[in-house]
Amino acid sequence: MAKQFTPKIVTANDLFEGDVIYLTGEGGWSRDHRDALPLNSQDEADELLGVAQKQAARAVGPYLADVALDEHGKPHPAHFREAFRSRGPSNYFHGKQAV
Amino acid sequence: MYIYDDFDEGFVRERVRQFRGQIEQRISGALTEDEFKPLRLMNGLYLQLHAYMLRVAIPYGTLDSQKMRQLAYIADKWDKGYGHFTTRQNIQYNWPKLTDVGDILDALADVDMHAIQTSGNCVRNVTSDHFAGAAADEIEDPRPTAELIRQWSTDHPEFQFLPRKFKIAITGSPNDRAVTRAHDIGIRMVRNDAGEAGYEIIVGGGLGRTPMEGKVLREFLPKADLLPYLEAVLQTYNLAGRRDNKYKARIKILIHEGGLDDFRARTEQAFETIRKDFAGPSDELAANIARYFEPPEFNNVRSHGFEKALEANPAFRSFFETNVTEHRNPAYAIVTVSLKAHGATPGDATSDQMRTVADIAERYGHDEIRVSHEQNLILPHVRKADLPAVYALLVDAGLATANAGLLSDIIACPGMDYCALATARSIPVAQEIAQRFDELKLEHEIGPLKIKISGCINACGHHHVGHIGILGLDRAGVENYQITLGGDASEAFALGERVGPSFPADRIVPAIDTIVTTYLEIRESEEETFLETYRRTGSAPFKQALYPEENRHAA
Ligand code: SF4
Repeated sequence: MAKQFTPKIVTANDLFEGDVIYLTGEGGWSRDHRDALPLNSQDEADELLGVAQKQAARAVGPYLADVALDEHGKPHPAHFREAFRSRGPSNYFHGKQAV
Repeated sequence: MYIYDDFDEGFVRERVRQFRGQIEQRISGALTEDEFKPLRLMNGLYLQLHAYMLRVAIPYGTLDSQKMRQLAYIADKWDKGYGHFTTRQNIQYNWPKLTDVGDILDALADVDMHAIQTSGNCVRNVTSDHFAGAAADEIEDPRPTAELIRQWSTDHPEFQFLPRKFKIAITGSPNDRAVTRAHDIGIRMVRNDAGEAGYEIIVGGGLGRTPMEGKVLREFLPKADLLPYLEAVLQTYNLAGRRDNKYKARIKILIHEGGLDDFRARTEQAFETIRKDFAGPSDELAANIARYFEPPEFNNVRSHGFEKALEANPAFRSFFETNVTEHRNPAYAIVTVSLKAHGATPGDATSDQMRTVADIAERYGHDEIRVSHEQNLILPHVRKADLPAVYALLVDAGLATANAGLLSDIIACPGMDYCALATARSIPVAQEIAQRFDELKLEHEIGPLKIKISGCINACGHHHVGHIGILGLDRAGVENYQITLGGDASEAFALGERVGPSFPADRIVPAIDTIVTTYLEIRESEEETFLETYRRTGSAPFKQALYPEENRHAA
């Protein structure tokens, strides 16, 4: 049986602010991971990563991150590193959690 | 304090101007990120988890009030009102915006500071004893030598692209507060049989992925030979060091693989050639530099008022016992300003706290401040008579935690709260340990105990040399912490030993609790420190307490 594909999103850091951004369905970027476009196959993931890599004027270091989809189909980080990136540091109320 | 001459100032301003241009080119698309990244790193600008991070060099950890106030100003104007002091005696800003970095660097240049060579495969900021120039046990102030090395290594054409980064630490005291045995080159000031001051050169130490204790390359190097000798070491490393594998590129690996004797022979050979026509900084320059580090004019009038305050105020007494160290001048003392309030982020200071320390240094401390590799601030020259006043000001600023050298004086790297390389968080672990033992009110009874935490094997938090070391790992997508015991950063240097399997995040603080309780149970007397107990008993009693299950099965 083929291994089940873990859904992914494309994430990067913003060139100007350095904060975390996510590639959306419209081909733009959002600061909220829930807006990210979930990618359900490796081909789709590779294609969208390619799209992101061409947007160097906005996005630095795009890569694919594993997600889990909630009941509304919204993506949530699968790994704790991505969870921290989606929130901000734990020692101060700074970063995304403060927005 | 060393003051820039026109050449230094011009060099730094020119670098800022260039970097502004490079930022513009990156934004316009003229530079790709791959092209821009090495350029920004050369200027101390990293991209971390949540934002850019700017690492500012504080040469050998020495500041004055003007510089400190400017660091506070930058924190307020372009960051979030605080800065993070690191184990490399630098300061890091966690939230700068790319388009502000040029202004920040110019603001630094206004006070003779910069962020050059805080990244990349070059000679990094030279670190030193934070009690330099004040310590009672010192042979000589190591900072003139550190400054000489800084000038020699800054923009050195041959050593900008070494196989890997290169760290040098220097101490002027037999009591090593600069961890010289864990640096690519460690320098200790020593005296030879004739009583002349010179250097012992230690090489090939380092922490990180492959921790190694530095080895003595030269037992006594006359002072005048220092730079040609260092040049020979660097040249030998630059030619022979591995460039095929990042993890094997440090000088420690070269020496480990090829042997110390071989490295010494090559270095000495290179030294013979270099010494003949060494074109680096001259003796004249060294003498000129030394002038900037003349000791302040001490006011030797002793006052006994402070002794009355010690008797009258137990909190002040407690502070005096832990955070005040003997000065070479009996009328003076060295004050450690703890950046480790229980539950606070180790090494962080708000802009207000920075200004308070600047004010105190200016008024009571001959305008000198140091950053320690243990992530505290130091007022190296405070008259004992002024200690009660200084203490009162520190209390008001939340800077008078009496815990220097105690359990809650924890080193913690930024870990996965900020650092892009991290495998787990460090800061919350430090916060929880400090809070836990503050509630128990036990740390003064426990006595000297150094806990050091790193968020990945790069070991910026020096966990290998913590009496208790904690390393954060990612084990199958869960934060896990590995404990080492018995490390020692001092002249009695030792690398800690792994005690057993790692602990998940919710069990690491209880595990530390178990270790400390075990120590209290088995120490022979209140005077026997944690490290002494560990050396006497080895790890067995701690293992037994930490892993009772396994020990039962094994029995
Ligand atoms: S030890 Fe690792 S996590 Fe901590 S600051 Fe260094 S690189 Fe980052």
